[in-house]
Amino acid sequence: MTEALLQSDPGSGNTLVVTFSGDWLLGSGLPSATHVLRQLQQAPRPASVSFNTSLLGEWDTGLIIALLAIHREAVKQNVEVDETGLPDGARRLIDLAFAVPEREGARRHSKQKRFLERVGESVLELSENGKDLLTFAGELVLSLRRYARGTATYLRSDLLQHIQEAGAQAFAIVSVISFLIGMIFAFVGVMQLSMFGAGIYTADLVAVAMIREMAPIMTAIIMAGRTGAAYAAQIGTMKVNEEIDALQTLGMQPIDFLVTPRVIALVLMMPLLTMYASLMGIFGGMAVGVVMLDISLVQYVAQTVNAVGLNSLFGGLFKSIVYGSLVAVAGCQQGMACGNSALAVGQSTTRAVVMGIVLIVVSASVLTVIYINIGI
Amino acid sequence: MPDSRSQIVVENLTLAYGDFLIQKNLNFTINRGDVFIIMGGSGCGKSTLLKSMIGLKSPDMGDISYNGVPFWSSEHQQQETMKRGFGTTFQAGALWSSMTLAENIGLALRQYTDLSDTAIRDVVAYKLMLVGLAGFEDYYPNEISGGMMKRAGLARAMALDPEILFFDEPSAGLDPISAKLLDDLILELRDSLGTTVVIVTHELASIFAIGNNSVFLDPVTKTQLATGDPNDLRDSHENLVVRNFLQRGMAETTR
Repeated sequence: MTEALLQSDPGSGNTLVVTFSGDWLLGSGLPSATHVLRQLQQAPRPASVSFNTSLLGEWDTGLIIALLAIHREAVKQNVEVDETGLPDGARRLIDLAFAVPEREGARRHSKQKRFLERVGESVLELSENGKDLLTFAGELVLSLRRYARGTATYLRSDLLQHIQEAGAQAFAIVSVISFLIGMIFAFVGVMQLSMFGAGIYTADLVAVAMIREMAPIMTAIIMAGRTGAAYAAQIGTMKVNEEIDALQTLGMQPIDFLVTPRVIALVLMMPLLTMYASLMGIFGGMAVGVVMLDISLVQYVAQTVNAVGLNSLFGGLFKSIVYGSLVAVAGCQQGMACGNSALAVGQSTTRAVVMGIVLIVVSASVLTVIYINIGI
Repeated sequence: MPDSRSQIVVENLTLAYGDFLIQKNLNFTINRGDVFIIMGGSGCGKSTLLKSMIGLKSPDMGDISYNGVPFWSSEHQQQETMKRGFGTTFQAGALWSSMTLAENIGLALRQYTDLSDTAIRDVVAYKLMLVGLAGFEDYYPNEISGGMMKRAGLARAMALDPEILFFDEPSAGLDPISAKLLDDLILELRDSLGTTVVIVTHELASIFAIGNNSVFLDPVTKTQLATGDPNDLRDSHENLVVRNFLQRGMAETTR
């Protein structure tokens, strides 16, 4: 392979002769064409530019790129281009490249945004998101009214399947997580409370913490990652596949068909899962407590039963319903707002999980303050 | 008083996404029993026009009347009722992936008719037979090929015996034989049921084989360049762009 060379000499009659020699292949260190371009820009400007390719070896896109740059600059400077010296193939490729003129306004001009501008836009987007979520919640309420009146279109089998997915199929993961959380609480309790000789109160700590706070919040976070994400991905993919358009053209409400059954399923299943999670957590605590504290199972159970009132149970279950509806709404809203590409499905899934978890934690704080004030 | 033959009248329709104008000043009429082709180069807004006609994208100006009733200035409830007279097949079928073919086709029947389950089952079987998919009732969309999904989509669109069938690129991605069979099926539906058919396509073979009326959209001027029988447009329309498109770029500059 011979080295690629680019020379330009003023020829006769105010013509710039550009000579290409050697092999012009991409990725073989091609010379830059800037000096030719400079000659085209500088006075005395040549009247025309022609090409000499008698010593040119093999060539590919590398040659065409250089030619295009020269061609473009020459047209800009009103210099005539004489293409007769070029290989036939190269000439045809250049003609092809210029055959369809650039569409007016098609090129995008990226603008560097300033810091404040970006902060402002993010804030506006945030309030826009909040508004979207509220609108969506409103539509959901209207849809629930249609369900209550029996005028909604949906498949009973779909609803049952969502219930199975959000309920029975979540058992394994909820069991493992809650059992371990219960154990962790018990470890901390045993370590700290034994210092005061009050180790037996570990049972109270585990039971109250699980039933009032931890079981609802952990179950909700598991469901946000599991079911909320699945809702966003399922609905988002349906949107990409025009399945939602197909529903609309048949005069059906996508929200009745896709969103409300999912919300109902999750809101029904969350309290059940939460109760189950509390129980598993208490079992976890019991395992640690009985082994480390040297107390009997009966003692531990008696202590637990004394510690927990119905207030705590209902308080926890109410929380789980709130969290469940937030997770379902976040997942479905992101799915319905999904764009029309695979990338957008991924983004709305991510957003569904993030939004779900943020909503859970915020509402958990609010509910805890309310509970304390009304004395539950 | 509109001509009793004219079924769909598009008047001064302007379509845009935000500030981005797609098409403006569209005016054409589709008669009962027409096979109407919406054609034009890539990116000219054919699919957007179709979306507007099936009630998915509201126009920025103008309206579309069906049997003399303007769609976009009607009440929501009225629009829903009008939509039931449309059947639409989407580019990739857009079958509901969580349902079998039978459930896909039967959904609208279950929703809008009082048919019993066995009757629905019979209707579904018949519609599948029409599109050459007899026996595929209990398959899910991901278990059949792309061409089959397209035909199943057509069966779903025909479920309610619509007055107007809309097709988005019906033959794209089909082999020539399947495309020909689909064309024949479309003509058969028109002839036997009197269905009006509106098709977005740029398959020239289909355009001339089945179309008897058309509109030509241009992406440069962003409006319609021609409307009428595609065979006439090819042979004698005054605009070179239209003739060039219909003759695969072989139109003579001077006639």
